[in-house]
Amino acid sequence: MNDTICAIATSQGVGAIAIIRVSGEEAINIVNKIFKGKDLTKVESHSINYGHIVDGNEQIDEVLVSVMRSPRTYTAEDTVEINTHGGIAPTNKVLELLLENGCRIAEPGEFTKRAFLNGRIDLLEAEAVMDMIDAKTENQRKMALNQIGGKTSQLINELRSDMVQIISNINVNIDYPEYDDVDIITNEILVPKIAKLKDKIKKILKESENGKMIKNGIKTSIIGRPNVGKSSLLNALLEEDKAIVTDIAGTTRDIVEGQININGILLNMIDTAGIRKTDDIIEAIGVEKSLKIMEESDLILFMLNNNETITEDIKELLDKIEGKNYIILINKNDLETKINRNELNVDKNRIINLSITEGKGIEELKNKIIELFNIEAIETKDPTYLSNARSISILKRCLKRIEEIEQSLNNNMPIDMIELDIKNIWEELGKINGSSYEEELLDEMFSRFCLGK
Amino acid sequence: MYEIIVVGGGHAGCEAAHAAAKKGHKTLLITSNIKNIADMPCNPHIGGSAKGIVVREIDALGGIMGKVADKTHLQIKMLNSAKGPAVQSLRAQGDKIAYPKEMMNVLNSLENLEIREGMVEDLIVEDNKVKGIILEDGERIESKIVVLTTGTYLKADILVGNTRTRQGPHGEKPSNHLSDKLKEYGFTIKRLKTGTPQRIDRKTIDFSKTRVEPGDDKYLTFSFDLEPQYKIEDQIPCHLTYTTEETHRIIRENLNKSSMYGALDDIEGIGPRYCPSIEDKVVRFSDKERHQLFIEPESRYYDDMYLQGFSTSMPPEVQELMVHSLPGFEHAKILKYGYAIEYDAIYPTQLKASLETKVLENLFTAGQINGTSGYEEAACQGLMAGINASLKLEGKEPLVLKRNEAYIGVLIDDLITKGIRDPYRLLTSRAEFRLLLRSDNADLRLRRHGYEVGLINEEQIERLNKKEKDIQECLEWAREQKLKVTEEVKKEFQKNHFSVPTATFSFEQLLGRPEITVEFLEQFQTFPYNQEIKEQVEIYLKYKGYIEKSYKEAEKMLKLEKKQIPEDIDYDKVNNIASEARQKLKEVRPTTIAQAIRISGVNPSDISILSVYLKKEYGKDE
Repeated sequence: MNDTICAIATSQGVGAIAIIRVSGEEAINIVNKIFKGKDLTKVESHSINYGHIVDGNEQIDEVLVSVMRSPRTYTAEDTVEINTHGGIAPTNKVLELLLENGCRIAEPGEFTKRAFLNGRIDLLEAEAVMDMIDAKTENQRKMALNQIGGKTSQLINELRSDMVQIISNINVNIDYPEYDDVDIITNEILVPKIAKLKDKIKKILKESENGKMIKNGIKTSIIGRPNVGKSSLLNALLEEDKAIVTDIAGTTRDIVEGQININGILLNMIDTAGIRKTDDIIEAIGVEKSLKIMEESDLILFMLNNNETITEDIKELLDKIEGKNYIILINKNDLETKINRNELNVDKNRIINLSITEGKGIEELKNKIIELFNIEAIETKDPTYLSNARSISILKRCLKRIEEIEQSLNNNMPIDMIELDIKNIWEELGKINGSSYEEELLDEMFSRFCLGK
Repeated sequence: MYEIIVVGGGHAGCEAAHAAAKKGHKTLLITSNIKNIADMPCNPHIGGSAKGIVVREIDALGGIMGKVADKTHLQIKMLNSAKGPAVQSLRAQGDKIAYPKEMMNVLNSLENLEIREGMVEDLIVEDNKVKGIILEDGERIESKIVVLTTGTYLKADILVGNTRTRQGPHGEKPSNHLSDKLKEYGFTIKRLKTGTPQRIDRKTIDFSKTRVEPGDDKYLTFSFDLEPQYKIEDQIPCHLTYTTEETHRIIRENLNKSSMYGALDDIEGIGPRYCPSIEDKVVRFSDKERHQLFIEPESRYYDDMYLQGFSTSMPPEVQELMVHSLPGFEHAKILKYGYAIEYDAIYPTQLKASLETKVLENLFTAGQINGTSGYEEAACQGLMAGINASLKLEGKEPLVLKRNEAYIGVLIDDLITKGIRDPYRLLTSRAEFRLLLRSDNADLRLRRHGYEVGLINEEQIERLNKKEKDIQECLEWAREQKLKVTEEVKKEFQKNHFSVPTATFSFEQLLGRPEITVEFLEQFQTFPYNQEIKEQVEIYLKYKGYIEKSYKEAEKMLKLEKKQIPEDIDYDKVNNIASEARQKLKEVRPTTIAQAIRISGVNPSDISILSVYLKKEYGKDE
């Protein structure tokens, strides 16, 4: 970690300016070698300096250079940021010069990694910064910002402070059994307290699911027989928002066909075996695979044809759809009705009549999605939940432990055994923001209870 | 020339001298006053939550505190007997005359131990190695190893009201220069403070206004080797009373006369968080209407009653008013006033896990000088210092108990890793593996160590072997033994409101149910094992899930304990560690990654950087 790294910090492409960030022990010296202006090794920390980047005698660009000395920088190392006049060619030229003079190109996320390793930010914050860099919607950006600011930590700390009160009280009961003026925590007293903790954890988890949705989008698949209009639907949805239609690889093995932004939430349309190409998904991949796709989707758009009767394979799929997030779309309402809607054994609220050719029902579909995922509610409040997999899995483990505690309480386990479980959860939660610390508990014990010789 | 000199005759000194002499080393115990050997200058009880388990551990390892207490106590009880087995702990009311007398008998019986009086004011030091002690009159006594167990006697000051007097407990002369000398040799010295309440004449207390607190009506011993040495009906009770509104008014009105609240303005010592004075309690917990006070007998042989919970540094005339405001104490006669005491201790991160100091070779320290408080905490350190001083002489590796092995291990690791803020007291909550560190299994955990270092004899270890074998057999027996649900069995279950088994279950399965005890099952089938074995089997089967979980956690820690940090590591060469962490690591110099993790101020990111560095520099496996 002793070498000096550099990278273009702004997105590649044509912008008004571009920023190149350099970090490491040699950062200032290296930039000084290619900078014509003040001697950067002598300027004040956190100053902005006007001058030119030069290659020998050749002037490359007119620039502003920020010099920030360790440790009050993002990475906690000496850091220099060069503001150039955008444009791919000059920016790349500056980068080349830096590399020639002793920098190495930074790996993705390496600045943040250094910040973390240098103790500048905690794990949760590091993860949040990475999220921020990847943020595509305003909601994602807000959530990442909140984590950096420690809002999530605060949520976890609240939970832990509830627990430490219980733990310290039980500990005082154990360590000072002869003090009759300290509240004695019994299993009966604990039952409602544990129920409350469980609710809080569940709530954070629930909101974290939303958080995941904000961060990763909603995995959406369109299921239907050939020619039911799947590709037309996809095109219609993508139509209004062409700008973000991209062929990018999704997080897992799914191919994301396109992304649709609904009130700040991304719908990732996953290409189930190439909807657009074959347009005959059920025939092409069979009922079993369709089921599997349904299983893996956050949202299923199930398309039927108004002009067709319901086939056996469709019935079989519909039988399995209950309990999932689905919307039944009956397309081709401009044609004669042949479908028997009474045969549909599904929630009637989830049925939408479409006519894509006439452009009818698309708005209704979007509103239904907003309703289904409660997107409006997400939109209006601060997204403060946990969004990374590590934190969520810790929280899930804690929930499981809480359920075990309820079992133990039922079985009349001694209170000190139950305290072991509560303390374990308290420590696990501390791992989320790195604040497990024994002394905390002792302080709580002695500041809240009156004991002594 | 002596092999080992133990300086101080308190609870640490007695155990250290006993262990060293019993292991065959020529030992000198030197104390300023032979009459004060094994003295209990503060509360008269031995044991208590967590501390009682330490006394059991001392006994398992071959120390003497438990046996001496068993032979002399006034009453004994099992604390937390209604709670789980992990938090049960013995507490005895000691006899302040009989206990030291019995301790002297034990010490006098040791062939290799010599005891003499003398005030130690300096050490003989050559090349950072200790070679003996120097007395106040200049006499030099040489030895290979010195163990300092000076208690509160380093620059002790007694504080009462607005007076500060340079003296130890009982008005004894303190050591005036030793702590300055230690500072010169490179030790960091910390000033600490503690306090003690009044002693009241038993005959002047009206006990009808107090509540009786008797000993248990079941025979109990600290020692694994002794039969009970007392009669249940002969136990002497303690009593309980409470402060009154009047008491609080007196304290509030006279607050500025208390040494701690402004009467003295030169107090540096930091008092124990867990042991506040009555002034502290009234000020900090002003919403409480009353505070509990225990009236504890000090001895069968004299009338002093110890007033636990009333520790104070008020001047005598205010103490009179305070005491007389207590129910039952209207006409009480104070035999000795409460006081606070300030003393010097060495900052314990300067110790190795063996309790040898890092600053001077061949110097060991134990007890209050290391910043702890409590007789039991002192005694166990004394024992470990005595054992490790001996092992060093014998050219052997020190005995270091791990956190999953003993409260003693927790205590020493806490001291040398985390240092101290206030006098350190053991608490159940400090032990992350408390389910493994139970009172009932101290022998199973530690006797073998005691045997290996030579403090436990053949007969004792054979008894342990048999116990272990019986436990295994009894577990198998319980697995095989089945309970058929006959009408009679069904009736018994119903009578106790237990759900009746739906099929034939083994005793092992039945004991896994929280409500079913060995005692209950013995109505149908006697266990062919003694009480001790049945207890172990019941605990194991009943809390198996929890116990196994603890074992797993302990294993995780042990893995990290195996990742050694070389003694010669230069933390300045480890790049990118946060500066607070670097400073702490330099101070503590942890020997393993596990220990490094426990240091406050060292974060996970510092640990990962350190691990990477070790791998790179020393080729140590992750």
